[in-house]
This record gives sequence, C-alpha cells and structure tokens, in this order.
Amino acid sequence: MKKMKLVVVGNGMAGMRTVEELLKIAPDIYDITVFGDEPYPNYNRIMLSPVLANEQTIDDIILNSREWYAENNIALYTNARINKIDRKNRVVYAADGTSAEYDRLLIATGSKPFILPVPGKELDGVLGYRDIKDTNDMIQAASKYKHAVVIGGGLLGLEAANGLKIQGMDVTVVHRNEWLLDRQLDKTAGLMLKNNLEAKGLKFLLETNTERLVGDADGRVKAVQFSDGTYVPADLVVMAVGIRPNFELAQSAGIHCDRGIVVNDTMQTFDPRIYAVGECVSHRGISYGLVAPLFEMAKVCATHLGNFGIGLYKGSVTSTKLKVTGIDLFSAGEFEGNEETEEIVLHDAVGGVYKKLVIKDDKIIGSVLYGDTTDGSWYFQMLRDSKPIHEIRDYLMFGQDSLGNTGHQGQDKAAAMTNEMEVCGCNGVCKGTIVKAIQDKGLFTIDDVKKQTKAGSSCGSCVGLVEQILASTLGGGYAPPSTSKAICGCTDKNHEEVRAEIRTHKYLNIPDAIKGMEWRTPNGCASCRPALNYYLISTWPHEAVDDPQSRFINERVHANIQKDGTYSVVPRMYGGVTTPDQLRKIADVADKYAVPMLKVTGGQRIDLLGVKKEDLVGMWKDLDMPSGYAYSKGIRTVKTCVGSEFCRFGTQDSTQMGIDIEKAFDHMWAPHKVKFAVSGCPRNCAESGIKDVGIIGVDSGWEIYVGGNGGIKTEVAQFLCKVKTHDEVLEYSGAFIQIYREEARYLDRTVHWLERVGMDYVKKRVVEDADGRKAAYERLLYALQGAVNPWAERVQKRDQFKEFETISV
Amino acid sequence: MSNWVKVLLLEDIPKLGARVVRAKDQEIGVFRLENDSVYAINNKCPHKGGPLSQGIVYGDKVACPLHSWKISLIDGKAEEPDVGETACFKTKVEDGFVFLELKE
Repeated sequence: MKKMKLVVVGNGMAGMRTVEELLKIAPDIYDITVFGDEPYPNYNRIMLSPVLANEQTIDDIILNSREWYAENNIALYTNARINKIDRKNRVVYAADGTSAEYDRLLIATGSKPFILPVPGKELDGVLGYRDIKDTNDMIQAASKYKHAVVIGGGLLGLEAANGLKIQGMDVTVVHRNEWLLDRQLDKTAGLMLKNNLEAKGLKFLLETNTERLVGDADGRVKAVQFSDGTYVPADLVVMAVGIRPNFELAQSAGIHCDRGIVVNDTMQTFDPRIYAVGECVSHRGISYGLVAPLFEMAKVCATHLGNFGIGLYKGSVTSTKLKVTGIDLFSAGEFEGNEETEEIVLHDAVGGVYKKLVIKDDKIIGSVLYGDTTDGSWYFQMLRDSKPIHEIRDYLMFGQDSLGNTGHQGQDKAAAMTNEMEVCGCNGVCKGTIVKAIQDKGLFTIDDVKKQTKAGSSCGSCVGLVEQILASTLGGGYAPPSTSKAICGCTDKNHEEVRAEIRTHKYLNIPDAIKGMEWRTPNGCASCRPALNYYLISTWPHEAVDDPQSRFINERVHANIQKDGTYSVVPRMYGGVTTPDQLRKIADVADKYAVPMLKVTGGQRIDLLGVKKEDLVGMWKDLDMPSGYAYSKGIRTVKTCVGSEFCRFGTQDSTQMGIDIEKAFDHMWAPHKVKFAVSGCPRNCAESGIKDVGIIGVDSGWEIYVGGNGGIKTEVAQFLCKVKTHDEVLEYSGAFIQIYREEARYLDRTVHWLERVGMDYVKKRVVEDADGRKAAYERLLYALQGAVNPWAERVQKRDQFKEFETISV
Repeated sequence: MSNWVKVLLLEDIPKLGARVVRAKDQEIGVFRLENDSVYAINNKCPHKGGPLSQGIVYGDKVACPLHSWKISLIDGKAEEPDVGETACFKTKVEDGFVFLELKE
C-alpha cells in the first residue's frame, strides 16, 4: 500500500513528541516531512534557562539529533518557515520556495513572546526569550555590556534574570504586580522568593510600569523609563511578560482560530485533515504554556494520526516549579483560596519554609510550597485525583511519611542527596546517574527513567525518590503520572476500564479479551497478559480459561524460580503446624534429591531450595503434601502463635483459627500475594500488625486488622472491626479479601488498594453492609469450590504436563 | 557442516510457550509463536543467564523470568535500552516435527 504523507509544521517539542508517539504505535503508515524555522533539530526548550545559567550546553539539550530524523526516514527542513497552506491542493509552501504535499497536516507552531507595545521596542538589544538564538544573544550581550533589565517577574523572567546575573551582568527585574510570580505564588511566598533572589544579587522594581525604552545614537537601547518618570540604565532588555499562541499561519489558511488554533478533544482542527498540538492551540478555550499538557496532547494526537481512533484530550491541571538552582518552590491549582475554601498553613520565616494547602469539600484544590517542595508531587497527585483527605488531614502538612523505606538508607529527600548517594538499592543506581540520564537522554517520565537507568524498576520502593529527582531536574517539564494510567503500552485502557469490559462483555479467554478491547499488539505483552489472566479468572470463576502461558513462571510450574534457574519447593503446613511424619518425609526427600539448602521461611514453613525443574514432579510425588503456594499472587501463609492451648497468656486458640483460615482460603489467587496472621493475645507474637489480614485474639473475641505490610515499605495494619466468633472471623476477613480480589488492580497489595479507596469505604462494605458482606464471602467460597492441589494434579496427569521434561538430543 | 536434528512434535510445545532441548553441554529454548512459527535460541539471558525458555512469550519476544529483559526470538537481541545478545539456531517444521540445526 502506498504510504500517506504527513507534514509537520513546527520542529519543536510538541510536534516531535507527536511524531515519536506516532512512530511507536504506527511506524509504517506515513512518509513524514518536518519543517522548522530554526536552524537546529528538535531541542528541549525548557532547558534554555540552565544553558543561560552555564549549567548545560546547547548540545546537552538536543532531543532528536539529525541522525534520528535520518534513521526514521523523516525529511527535515530547518531554517524553513512555512508561510502558506494551500488547503484545496493540500500543499504547504516555505519562505525559501520549498513545498510539500500532505494527506495529513500537523501544525505545531508553538508560541511567541509578547512584546510590550512601548516606544523603543524595536531598538537593538531588546529581545524576547524563546529560543536558542535569544539565549545566544543574551550570552553575547553579557560579554560586552553591563546593565540588563528584565521586564516581567514571572517564571521565564526570573530564570532569564538569574542566568544573566550568572553571566556577570547587573540585573534589574521590573514587575507590574505587588509580588513576584503572582500567577503561581501567594503574597507570602512571593515575598520570600524576592528576599532569596535579592540575596543572590538581583534587584527588583515591583509595582512598576514600563513607559518607554530609550535608545542611543546607534539605535541600541540604553535605558528604561517608567511611568513615574524614573530611569534605570539598560544595555539589554529582555521582555518576559507572557507568550501568545502563534496561529497566524493557520488563520491565514482559513482555519478557525480564537486566540489559538481551535481543536477538539482529538486535537483535530476545523479542517479534518489538519491537526494541531502544543502552545499554538486553543483547547476548550485554554492555551497551555507548559510542557506537560503538550505531551498529553501529543499522545492523543498520535493515536488519531495512527488511525487507532482512541484517546481524548480533556485538558490538564498544571503545576509549576522554578528552575533557579537553590530555590525550591512549587505551586498548583487554585492556590489563593477564598471565602469558600479552608487553608492549612505552615510558615517558618527564619527557616525559609512556607507551605499552604487550599482545601474545598474535603479535597485539595491548590497548593503553594516554598523552601521545601518534597511533597509537591504527592499533593499534586491528590489534587488531580480529587482524593478525599479527612483520613490523613492531621498529618497532611508533615508530608508523605516515606521514612522507613528500605534499600536507600532511609533517604526521602532528593535535594539533600549528593550525586554519589545510592537511590535504588536493588540495582545500585546513584542520584548522579539518574540526573545524567534525564539530561542526556531527554527523559520526561518515571517510566523512561526506570527503563534507562533501572532505578525503581525492581522493588519500587525508591520510585518516590526517583520522581523527586525527575521533578527537580526537569522543573516545569515534569508531569506526574496520573494514577489511572493505561495497563501497558498495548492499550490505552486502565485497569478499571479493562475489568469493567471483561464483566460487561463477558470475555472468557485472553484472545477474545484482546480482540474485543482492541489491543494494539496481537497477543499482549509480559505486563498485560498476567493481569488480564487474573482479571478473567477472578471475574468469571469456573468459566474463564486460565491460560498457563500468561502466567509468570512461578505460577505456571507451581514453584519459585531462583537466580540460577533452579526452583524452591515449599509444602503446605496449615497454620505452621507440622508432624514428625511430615518432617521425616521432608528429610528423606531432601536426601534423595540432594537438596542444597533447607530453610525455615518467614511465614513459618520449610523451604527446599535449589531443585532442578525436571525433579519437581518426582519430589512432589514423594512428599505427598499439598502445595504451599509460596510462589503465588494469592494466599501464601497464615502465621500463628501458640495460642491458648499451650501459652500461659493466650486468650484464644489462634493456632486452630489459623489452620481453619488457611484451609478455607487455600488455592486462592489474588492481585498480589496475601498473608494472614493470627495471634492469641495482644502480645501479638504472630506479627498480625504487618499482614494483609491480621487477627488478634482478645478475651471477648477477635480483632481484625487489614492492609498491613512488612515488605518494601513497612505499613501498620488498620483496625477493621472486632467480632465475637470463629465463623465471623472467616466471614469478615473473607469478605474483605474478596472485595480486594474484585476491585484492586493487578499487583496491588491490600495496602495500595486501601490507600486508594480509603478505610471508610472498606468499613462500609465489610462491616456496615451485612448482606453485602455475606454475598462477598459467598462469592469467595464459590470461586474456591472444587480447587485441587496443583502438585498432586501434576503427579497424576504427568503426561499432560510435558513442560517438566527436558528433551535431550 | 550443518546438521539438522529432529527434536520433538510441534504440538508438544504450547502456543506462546517453549520447551528446553539439551544438546551436548548446551541448553536451547525452542519457542512456538501464535502463528505456529518456531524459533530457537540459547536458553541463557545475556543479562544474568536466566532461563529464557521459562519466560512469558508475546509477539516475537520473550521476557526473561529473572529480571524481565525482553529478548527477540528472531535475532536473539535484547530490547533497548538493554544491550546484549544470545545465540540463535535455525529451525524448520516438517510433518509436524520440529528440526533444529546444530553445528557439528
């Protein structure tokens, strides 16, 4: 088939991001031609400030080299400004006479600096701050001249001022309003910022309006005059009073514009062949000047250009940071507040810390942080997710308590770390490595950083820290991931949407589900297939097909793979109780198969380690014990203490309770591993406080705790309820687990799910709604009906499980 | 000299799955894709030697069971940004049997 022609007008971040996204999902449907009016390939515009501040070079900030264009067969024209679109014949013309035909046109012409309409604006030495040329002009001016005036005390103006100061100029910032960054900060934070910047040597004239620019005999600016008649000397004037969408080209072609190129939620303009993304568009009446929304637009636009016809852009909530080294500020949402909002404020004027959260109807709607922005992304996440905060309101201001995370020395503040300090304890990645990768490779998302550096890609405990490093390195370019993101690259659907569709369309196997939900890949990937398989079998027990090839190896062969490719075997010992017979059998088997190590596990079981795959079935036969599911995303163990039968303090028979729970919920699959514990008294020797479900016997009954976790991040289980009888323990804990099985995302532990839905919700479902609880418990029992011991099954039907045999030739 | 060896029945490899073949002192993973094409690669991940035959197979790749490196079954190369390569073996299917080409 002949390829269609895609022409992209604008070689900046939004346009090229769209092309990158398009190449990822549909590499072969277009011949692509790109026009850019600058002489460079695509570069990272938000990093111009660090270039001006001598922290990076132009080469550092190139995102796509010329080789990249060549490798992807993209025809690139630089220094080529398109000045005419012939929509009838579908041709674009550049000022230098070059032309190109298109089937689809993507306009990404960005924005331009707003130049104040004052006399003298055309003098030499007066410029905006937008591109590499402006940056180079400023660096050159700094080598010859002394006095710089920056008009505009917004983000861009302050970054320019800081850079010019570092270049050795004497810098005055002129700002119309009462405090700096008045679009991002409230007055308190704005004044703190001014003090800090004055300490760096910058001068400020607030509430000052520029009247005119005065030139010398050669036509170069020499002073700025204000409306009160005063002057300051100026050899360089940088206008940073705002940007305007650059839509003249589109408008001249008759495309509907209204302070920007008007697009719908698919990024399509009023001409169906023409799309537009980036700062030049007006989407639902809003034009964005930050990079995060542009990337969201790019993703959506690419799916439509790629003929997938999915994905809608619904606007963005943005947050900002200032890229001035040594100054930490963060703002998001409606940070000013009004009569209808509440505020939580922490202000330490001497320590230089100010934090304000604006709250309305139990939700964070805005935030300003100054001096300590560690928790900015956490607050922003809650803001975007409209998460109710009453449960955590008391400690909200003190930040996301991530101390206690293991594997990175308990560090939880990226800013306080040196480059040599280890961030990811699993993969041995230092802060410096991450920062370098972000800068050199032009990374913008946590996923990119995980892929490139491996940091945060194993146990995940340091992801928060990696996110902070990403945010502080990128500044305004950072977009925190939404919590409801797509399962994987094979689809745009998130976990909840996939679950809902499996239910409504009653998909019973993976091929039908993948086809019905229009996956981009023929048979998914290693991330989505295990999730799909779990969703199918948990939604339609006894009906859906459980696909072994979509299960991780451990669940496929019912043993735990080890680093050398051998396996570990953990037999079931209900409640951690064993017998001399069992122990003898285990000892004999260990001898017979020369098991290199026997170990007692954290869950009170015995682990035979270092078993060859071809020995597994024989070993299971000799053991004649049920599988302990020590490899499963499912019920692992019920840990118990001695209890009232022997212990002099015991109030309840915790051992029997544990045995009964483990038998009742045996063979259960779940979104992630599930661990229980039962203690016979509040001394809690079975460690019920750090289990998914922890039960503690007291004289008058049983207390049930949920959502505990002893792993990566120690989480103390929360009190769910107290019940009287043995049967109630089974029903309440079973109902809790069943709702978790039905509603959590695959690979969520109970604590992660609880964090999202809140304890109130769980109490409502499990404690208050008696009918709902009983029904959920029944559903769990139904799902577990007739489950068989997988080891015995493989021993009996050996010829159906050929994969345990190795073929020799 | 090349040497075609009859190894096993195609139907004894699950779709989107693999079997392990031991030839002298080396282990080879023999993979069957959704369209019944068969590929064989050295059963050792270039990263830490994980047994690739035990991974999840999708498209024309396998994800190593140890640390999820994605290895192409076509050319044995690791997916970017990881770098590494494992050896490939030629295969053919005749009369329902899978043959492997082994070096003499």
